[in-house]
Amino acid sequence: MNLELCWLLLRRELLVSLRRRSDLANPLFFFLIVCALFPLGLGPSPALLAGMAPGILWIVALLSVLMASDGLFRADFDDGTLEQVLLSPVSLYLTSLLKVLAHWLLSGLPLTLLSPVLALMLHMPPEGIPALLASLGLGTLVLSFIAAIGAALTVGLKRGGVLLSLLVLPLFVPVLIFGSAAVQRAVQGMDSAAPLALLGAMAALFLVVAPLAIAGALRVSHDQ
Amino acid sequence: MWAWFHKWSSPRWFYQLSGRVLPWLAVLSLVSLVVGVIWGLAFVPPDYKQGNSFRIIYIHVPAAAVAMAGYLMMATAGAISLIWRIKLADMVVKCAAPIGAALTFLALVTGAIWGKPTWGTWWVWDARITSVLVLFFLYIGIIALYEAFDNKEAAGRASAILALVGAVNIPIIYWSVEWWYSLHQPASISFTGESSIHPEMLRPLMLTISGFYCFFGWVLLLQVRNEILHRERNTRWVRDLILQR
Amino acid sequence: MFFESFAALLAMDGHGPYVWSAYAITLATLIVLVVQPLAAKRRQLRELRGFLRRTEEQ
Repeated sequence: MNLELCWLLLRRELLVSLRRRSDLANPLFFFLIVCALFPLGLGPSPALLAGMAPGILWIVALLSVLMASDGLFRADFDDGTLEQVLLSPVSLYLTSLLKVLAHWLLSGLPLTLLSPVLALMLHMPPEGIPALLASLGLGTLVLSFIAAIGAALTVGLKRGGVLLSLLVLPLFVPVLIFGSAAVQRAVQGMDSAAPLALLGAMAALFLVVAPLAIAGALRVSHDQ
Repeated sequence: MWAWFHKWSSPRWFYQLSGRVLPWLAVLSLVSLVVGVIWGLAFVPPDYKQGNSFRIIYIHVPAAAVAMAGYLMMATAGAISLIWRIKLADMVVKCAAPIGAALTFLALVTGAIWGKPTWGTWWVWDARITSVLVLFFLYIGIIALYEAFDNKEAAGRASAILALVGAVNIPIIYWSVEWWYSLHQPASISFTGESSIHPEMLRPLMLTISGFYCFFGWVLLLQVRNEILHRERNTRWVRDLILQR
Repeated sequence: MFFESFAALLAMDGHGPYVWSAYAITLATLIVLVVQPLAAKRRQLRELRGFLRRTEEQ
């Protein structure tokens, strides 16, 4: 495959996203704020928070990815870039794949890097942090691909938000299960290789399959 | 083979042929449901562990089975619609989703009612119940997506894509939920009595399962036929059909 | 019949309310599933017939 072309497409996506800084920062602040709400709702007891921290961090991370993906294709759709991409000889599969990868680099990855801070604030034992980083790193990649399918299906509709979450959240279930289990097992001193390997397998599967669905969905959204 | 395929995929042919199958399906489903239910309710001896509450099995298991098979059928129709661009197939996707959702809802509700006298609680986060709940969410997503589009042709194709994505995910979801449950297995509640089910209890169950399958087919055909009439309302054959009545 | 009387069938040794409510909900749902498309068809045929009559006259 033409690597130069891939690099060009990836760089374009990164540049365009980097110009809108607030769009990048907002999901991270969302992550921070919602995690801070849990102690207020549950009480400040460190033991209680420590037990729930893996689940809390994972669920909030999942919602942040969902929020961040809502507008993934909207700008391209509104300003006609999507139409140009559809007409261009470059395969839609490749452009969708790189678009999601670029999106993950600027949303899932920073979120993963931020997570240890929140883990400490929620009194999660530090043994869980490597597993948290690994599971969120792989998991947010899978989540980005799944959410991108939903975003591509709803991009042409006036009301996106809630509909997107209805479509996508049920599909997030396995990622949540494997991700939070990896962290929980690490916290309890058990081996978390199995759930991490499963997350890796899912990432590989969606890397290959999801761009097909995204490309198809973008065509439908454009045709309507 | 191809000629046959195209003939069947023409809405007009489908309308005429399905009209002939329809009464048979209706009779079959009603007879097997009525016989199976009366047999199961009144003539089968009760389960020695659960007592009479086990009689809910005759609607719970068929509803769950057909809800799952219905999703696979819907996803297959979705694939056909996307690969061959057959309009009839995405009508099937659109019409199957609400029926499947209703059956999944029934499976959940009857399961909850069954759970109260046997487990002492309405709801358990058990692997099977949780995966049926996720299946219900998947159906809801497809219905919501279809309703959100104004252009119904685009809606059909979008729902077909979502149904396919869901079908790829279902094995993963199912397996992950099993795995999740095995991690947190509570000691008190485990109810795996399938192998010990008495053959006499099984016979009415077979009847009601086939009854639910026929029922699904019957209602699906009714819905698809309405959809055909609606989408083809400006064609010659629909016009003739209505005028000759 | 397994039960000795009709009352015993209704009571089901105390499990009656559960069993019968499950069957009632199922019956109601199935009836809605059948009646809804039949009613929709009737409505649609009426509308189409009216529409055709209006266009034929012109």
